[in-house]
Amino acid sequence: MSEFTYIIIFYVFAALTVFSAAFVVFSKNVIYSAFSLLFTFFGVAALYVFLSADFIAVTQVVVYVGGILVLLLFGVMFTNTIMQTELRTDVLHVVPGFILLVAIIAGMLYTFYTTGDWMPGDMQLQGSVVERIGFETMSRYMLPFEMASILLLVALVGAAFLARFDKVHKKEH
Amino acid sequence: MELFTAIGLNHFLTISAILFGLGLFAVMTRKNAIVILMGVELILNAANINFLAFSKYNGGMEGVMFSLFVIVLAAAEAAIALAIVINIFKTFKTVDVSSVDSMKE
Repeated sequence: MSEFTYIIIFYVFAALTVFSAAFVVFSKNVIYSAFSLLFTFFGVAALYVFLSADFIAVTQVVVYVGGILVLLLFGVMFTNTIMQTELRTDVLHVVPGFILLVAIIAGMLYTFYTTGDWMPGDMQLQGSVVERIGFETMSRYMLPFEMASILLLVALVGAAFLARFDKVHKKEH
Repeated sequence: MELFTAIGLNHFLTISAILFGLGLFAVMTRKNAIVILMGVELILNAANINFLAFSKYNGGMEGVMFSLFVIVLAAAEAAIALAIVINIFKTFKTVDVSSVDSMKE
């Protein structure tokens, strides 16, 4: 792939990510926000591929698009009556929020671009990273890996417990 | 021109700064709890881009492994948070976080 194509594709995905994220934030309709988030997640996954983290990109698509986004859409559907025509959300503190948005982005960019040049290491990640993730998971990150499985089990049991249908509560009323 | 054609660390840092700002804006200004969750997801994605960018240009595996764990925790966080949001909706009949102002019914 030529260098020029590479740059064009990078900018296409960067623009997709940023503009769909802006649409998530500024759209008044919750459903539009949720579907725009889909494009943000895909754009971010594409950026992960540019960072030669292909496994993370696939995980991003599977977990975020297949899991979290579906959960968010379920949340939207549960907490708004379906027949309700407008799923709009109000906003508050728009002006301070906007000032903070501009200040944070400007401050971070200023810091990134003025604290001298970043010095890339001699050994940059190249090609696929899947094999090295396998080695790292089974050696250095064994304990966090096992703890993540326990945490997921506990979190999902807790979520099911919290969101269950409360029969006793219904009888009282 | 060099700034725009040589894709380097700064490009990824810029995207992640913008994503972080937008996520924070959503968390600050929105009243709907679910849109606030979406803002949190944007912030987590921004952090992940930073981890992977530094990991790529450093050559180490730490950022890659950390971003993997961030994704796992984000899944757990979304499940718990939505359970809480559904409970709030059952109790208050709304997900407007500015009208949720009591600890019990």
